[in-house]
Amino acid sequence: MQKNIKKLYQQVLLDHNKNPRNFKLIENPTHVARGVNPLCGDEYQLYLRIEKDIVQEVGFKGEGCAISKSVSSMMTQAIIGQHVHHVIELKDQFITMLTEEISEHDAGHLLGHLTIFESVKDFPIRVKCATLIWRALEAAINQTSTNVSTE
Amino acid sequence: MNKKSDFPIFESYPDLVYLDSAATTQKPTHVIDAISNYYSSEYGTVHRGVYELSVASTRRYNAARMAIQSFINAPSSRNVVFTTGTTHSINLVAFGYACHYVKEGDEILITEVEHHANIVPWQQVAQRKGAHLKFVPVTDSGEIDIDVFSSLITKKTKLIAMAHISNVLGSIFPVHEITAIAKENGIPVLIDGAQAIAHEPIDMVTLDPDFYCFSGHKLYGPTGIGVCYISDRMLDKMQPILFGGDMIETVKKEQTTFAPAPLRFEAGTPPIAQVIGLHAAVDFMQSLDFNAVKEKETHLVELVIGELRSIKNVRIIGNAKQRSSAVSFTIDGIHPHDIGSILDSENIAIRVGHHCSQPTMIRYGVPATARVSFGVYNNEDDVHAFLRALQAVLEVFG
Ligand SMILES: Cc1ncc(COP(=O)(O)O)c(C=O)c1O
Repeated sequence: MQKNIKKLYQQVLLDHNKNPRNFKLIENPTHVARGVNPLCGDEYQLYLRIEKDIVQEVGFKGEGCAISKSVSSMMTQAIIGQHVHHVIELKDQFITMLTEEISEHDAGHLLGHLTIFESVKDFPIRVKCATLIWRALEAAINQTSTNVSTE
Repeated sequence: MNKKSDFPIFESYPDLVYLDSAATTQKPTHVIDAISNYYSSEYGTVHRGVYELSVASTRRYNAARMAIQSFINAPSSRNVVFTTGTTHSINLVAFGYACHYVKEGDEILITEVEHHANIVPWQQVAQRKGAHLKFVPVTDSGEIDIDVFSSLITKKTKLIAMAHISNVLGSIFPVHEITAIAKENGIPVLIDGAQAIAHEPIDMVTLDPDFYCFSGHKLYGPTGIGVCYISDRMLDKMQPILFGGDMIETVKKEQTTFAPAPLRFEAGTPPIAQVIGLHAAVDFMQSLDFNAVKEKETHLVELVIGELRSIKNVRIIGNAKQRSSAVSFTIDGIHPHDIGSILDSENIAIRVGHHCSQPTMIRYGVPATARVSFGVYNNEDDVHAFLRALQAVLEVFG
């Protein structure tokens, strides 16, 4: 099998796909959003409880490919307990990593483990899978529209 | 029978294993050359020039119509209306026919596993007219129960539309029985032949539907061209949906009279090169031993289904007895998109997703499927390459 596909489907990703973290509804969410990728039918609901500008609790439900699901799972871990400002910065860095020409090295000092998704860039069709939950996060925080679509 | 050598794409990509012919077929040299030669040495507009190029183009355009008439055994070439494809053909019937005859409270009957192209236009007609869109259920194996179908016909049923072959399930639906029952009840029938045109013998005299629609690009021909077969009994009932040049007889400031069919449904400068490409595609099809093609496809389908069945956690969606060469499947715990990406890294092109038929996904309780489908160029090696790569998928997700 070609090397970059191995890089894409790393163990971490597969583990999060199999056992997604925070894969649950939460009680009394303050912010919710739905993310859909109409092309492939991926669909997630994201629930956040943000109090005093801190993400106190986060959960997601839904269905999609290994990439969208593992990104979602790792995103929930990365944003829990964080200040909204930090969360927005994280989101920007993640999306920039996948949509702009920057090296893995510069991909964003905040991203940590999330840089494993840099290799999604080699599969342009799958970038939407990786950014889906972040777009939902953006919508949830802005509460502008609670439905986001990749199209 | 090595048909790969007829298709230059396999020279450009020697490692390509193309298993997505249900979405669109690759193009044989014969079709590519016909289009290219036409543009290089014969190109001109149709129906109006007095000069040689235009006269010759018009002759070629008409000859193509007759070739297609003969390919589908239509009674006359006026039954063959050129469109841009199946989607356009169905819309022509929806808005050129159904919209004028369907009234409030009437019913349009389709199956629950249609392609979006054979759902959305009817939904639109139903919404505009206050009519109801009813769905014929399909069994777990992907078949239509004729008694159930018959029981859904009422006095208010004004049109029946269904696929000849399902693009997701691969089922060949009993269109002869359906058209016969429809005729007994005096209800027009549209058959969406997009998936059938390259895989089944199509005979308009024997089947005798009111409308039959297909696309050139699934028949080894170019994109941007398709056919709406319209029966004699429907031609006079249809209204054009596009108005302008070419479809007229005389135009006065106050009033226009239309050209006779089929031209009245072909407003504007038509896709001439595509029509010529479609003619070449039909020639290509007719140069093949159709029975041998079918036999080989059946063999490949049986091979792939047999092997898929032996893999743990694989579910084949659609197990109809009468089936064609599209095979949909899912693997527990592995999303079809991941299957598709991994296969792609091995140069194997399959389709993953909802196949433009979300209601079918809901019917079978899956978010998406992976689908392999065959064309005349496929062989056993392709199936084995696919199965090897599928093992790699299973290993990755272990
Ligand atoms: C059963 C069926 N109907 C309709 C269509 C639409 O064909 P086109 O996109 O060429 O208009 C397709 C092709 O995707 C199909 O498989």
